Amino acid sequence: MDDFQYHAPSSVDGVLSALRGADDGKVLAGGMSLLPVMKLAMAAPSDLVSLRNVPGLSDIEDHGHCLKIGACCTHAQVAASSVVRERIPALAAMAGRIGDPQVRNRGTIGGSVAHNDPAADYPAACVGLGATIITDRRKISSDDFFGSMFETPLEDDELVTAVCFPIVDGAAYAKFENPASKYAVAGVMVARDSDGVRVAVTGAGAGVFRVAEMEAALADDFSADAVAGISVSSDGLLSDNVAGAEYRAHLVTVMAKRAVEACG
Amino acid sequence: MPAVTMTVNGVSRSADVEGRTLLVDFLREKLQLTGTHVGCDTSQCGACVVHMNGQSVKSCTCLAVDADGADVTTIEGLANGADLHPMQKAFREHHGLQCGFCTPGMVMSAIDLVNRNPSPSEGEVRHWLDGNFCRCTGYHNIVKAVMAGADAMGGGS
Repeated sequence: MDDFQYHAPSSVDGVLSALRGADDGKVLAGGMSLLPVMKLAMAAPSDLVSLRNVPGLSDIEDHGHCLKIGACCTHAQVAASSVVRERIPALAAMAGRIGDPQVRNRGTIGGSVAHNDPAADYPAACVGLGATIITDRRKISSDDFFGSMFETPLEDDELVTAVCFPIVDGAAYAKFENPASKYAVAGVMVARDSDGVRVAVTGAGAGVFRVAEMEAALADDFSADAVAGISVSSDGLLSDNVAGAEYRAHLVTVMAKRAVEACG
Repeated sequence: MPAVTMTVNGVSRSADVEGRTLLVDFLREKLQLTGTHVGCDTSQCGACVVHMNGQSVKSCTCLAVDADGADVTTIEGLANGADLHPMQKAFREHHGLQCGFCTPGMVMSAIDLVNRNPSPSEGEVRHWLDGNFCRCTGYHNIVKAVMAGADAMGGGS
């Protein structure tokens, strides 16, 4: 790993000014995605700006219609949170299956969404639940936030500070995971509320995507049978030594059925 | 170079490090605490697990500078002289190791589990050890050791 200038400011403003003063600065939260990428020399930032001294980014607040989860909340914290478990149990369960215990102790929600790994779990949770990404300067809907792999609309000097998840009537996440990395080979979040049904898929494509045909079918008939005959095209899906594109397409339907069944 | 100070096994330790110095390299090379191992170096195998501020973490994927001010416990910090920690004793008694390379990480991870869940089921132990790989034992005796270690710890470290 190449060396870099390290900063550990104690405020959001300090983070932003450190990023602005860097040639190629990156924000460091838990480091569970960024440090491995740097070890592989896929990223070599000139500066790392750690969030470890910035207060107020690790709170979980119940705002009635939504839960606001601070960007530095770890996956372990979200999984164990009594508020999250009561209000959006599918989100707590999803967080409790990310990586392994040590990854969950360090990895953060803000880091996961900002990194936008195509096989990460949080993008499916955010898009499926209709979450809003809060930054130091704006609010971005999940549908607009998650682009293709590793792409987001974040500016170079912009910091994710929280993610707001609306309270839905029911939701569940089903994942077929890589047994070594625990990343999703295919993961599907299904959520339903008065506005309809959302189905978001991670791991299968070059970025998280929704399946409109499944959403429409589930809006009419919320049952596993309603999606059993709907398959996504394998065109453009990921293919690697773990699973080919056609198998991933098959898994999307299977995981969607399991998620619907788990919604109860 | 940034200076870091952290409490390691109850003793305050300081050193100048590069920004890129990993916590595991700080422990092994600066402090000569070589009980913490580096296996995969990609945060999957768990040979490098230590406790940082009471939580198990993979020290190969944590910067030493990010551990500035932290309270770190390594495998060397568990025993009281020749008197092994109950979890270490359980690994010995139940043959929870063969080559021993994964053992420091297994023990540190297992103690974190018992601190959170004093009486884990076998399934909970197996699920918790997702992030610790052993290539010798087939895990069976490790799971037995962790269950016995949990009993011996009597609900926490």
